[in-house]
Amino acid sequence: MSSLVYHLQDVTKHYPTRSGQERCVLQVADLRIYRGEILALVGPSGAGKSTLLRLLNFLEPPSQGTIHFLGQPFSREQAMPLALRRRVTTVFQRPVLLSRSVGENVGYGLRLRGERNVQERIQAALAQVGLSELADQPARQLSGGEAQRAALARAMILEPDVLLLDEPTANLDPYNVGLIEEAVRRTNQEQGATMVLVTHNIFQARRLAHRVALLLDGRIVEVADVADFFEHPRDPRTAAFVRGEMIY
Amino acid sequence: MQRILTGDATLIETVLLSLQVSGTALLLSTLIGIPLGAFMGLSRFPGRRLMTALLYTGMGFPPVVVGLFVYLLLSRSGPLGQLNWPFLPALFTPGAMILAQTIIAFPLVAGFTMAAVMGVDPQLRQQLQALGATPWQSTLTLLAEARVGVVVSIIAGFGGIISEVGAVMLVGGNIEHKTRVLTTAIVLETRKGDFGLAIALGLVLLSLAFLTNLAMLQLQGRTFDP
Repeated sequence: MSSLVYHLQDVTKHYPTRSGQERCVLQVADLRIYRGEILALVGPSGAGKSTLLRLLNFLEPPSQGTIHFLGQPFSREQAMPLALRRRVTTVFQRPVLLSRSVGENVGYGLRLRGERNVQERIQAALAQVGLSELADQPARQLSGGEAQRAALARAMILEPDVLLLDEPTANLDPYNVGLIEEAVRRTNQEQGATMVLVTHNIFQARRLAHRVALLLDGRIVEVADVADFFEHPRDPRTAAFVRGEMIY
Repeated sequence: MQRILTGDATLIETVLLSLQVSGTALLLSTLIGIPLGAFMGLSRFPGRRLMTALLYTGMGFPPVVVGLFVYLLLSRSGPLGQLNWPFLPALFTPGAMILAQTIIAFPLVAGFTMAAVMGVDPQLRQQLQALGATPWQSTLTLLAEARVGVVVSIIAGFGGIISEVGAVMLVGGNIEHKTRVLTTAIVLETRKGDFGLAIALGLVLLSLAFLTNLAMLQLQGRTFDP
């Protein structure tokens, strides 16, 4: 955990409201994310966690400020080059799979990059998430947990520098949660991928993350090593959150 | 009926011209309509609602009105007829019929394509982008996901022109060996009182439509994107 992957400086994100005004949903003065770490983003719904992930995946630009990714600036004025954009990917809360076979879904990102002989890599990726038997099955027939594991395999096969996880285990049973957490941990350790995990489950954050950040109303309240975050929170709002109290 | 069974030369000529005119018009409509429909379904821009309303109006355009419009445009005293541009078709030629049928079919192809891509899960687009798709790759994949609707759009376009008579009659003139197609031949034979031939021609037309649609349905099971 040494070299810097992301550096966010004075980043804000506004969305227009129906009344024609602007609503600020994210305001991050300074956030650094380091190579090989798992950073968990926690906080109540509407805190700006998913918005932050979309910015980190360059799916939309910040309204103000700059995100530096591996030294390359990304802002309203400066787009992220495709080659760098492709070093980051996201697993969303709801897996959206193409109406093709599971194997074709998993190999889709590789084919986008012009790679053709991908069968072995598809099989290896499916094996990592326990779906080897289902390569030829239509993806739409998968259960919720299987679909999420296929989505994780589709992301991991790309061997991204950064894997963003937006509540990847929400609404899943403990068996699937365990499989996904194990795959995430292994990818982090073996591939050295940097990960940003959005989760409502503070126990999961504790199990997986190296550092934890609490977001409230679009602002980062506290970022700390996992032990400090849970055992010695500096901010009273973090302490309340860790105790499971409702905070707004 | 005997003329059909014995492969009468004039009949074959009429069938081939029908396929040539409607086939070319459908190809042009597909080349214009699918990109236009995809663009309108996937983009947000000022004036989109107005364009959508115009497109939907185009989907219900009476062919005979399109024929009248093309007739007036291409006639010698019309705005395009006066220009004498070599690539503009003259009235009473297959080219004029193709132009009229393209104008009839492309709003159908574009409108149904737009509806089809708008029906694809909106989160899929974000997911494709997150997987590193370029806008072009993303559009191709979304079209492939919407392929059932996209093929229906082509079938609707084909149905709209293979069976229409008003426009081809007006701009083609139903000239034997030159612009006579199945629909105009049916009108002629009915007026002459040769109902047997008119019915037989109708059966040929229906068979052509059935076989073409059958071929197009094969496309629904295929993907052409990465």
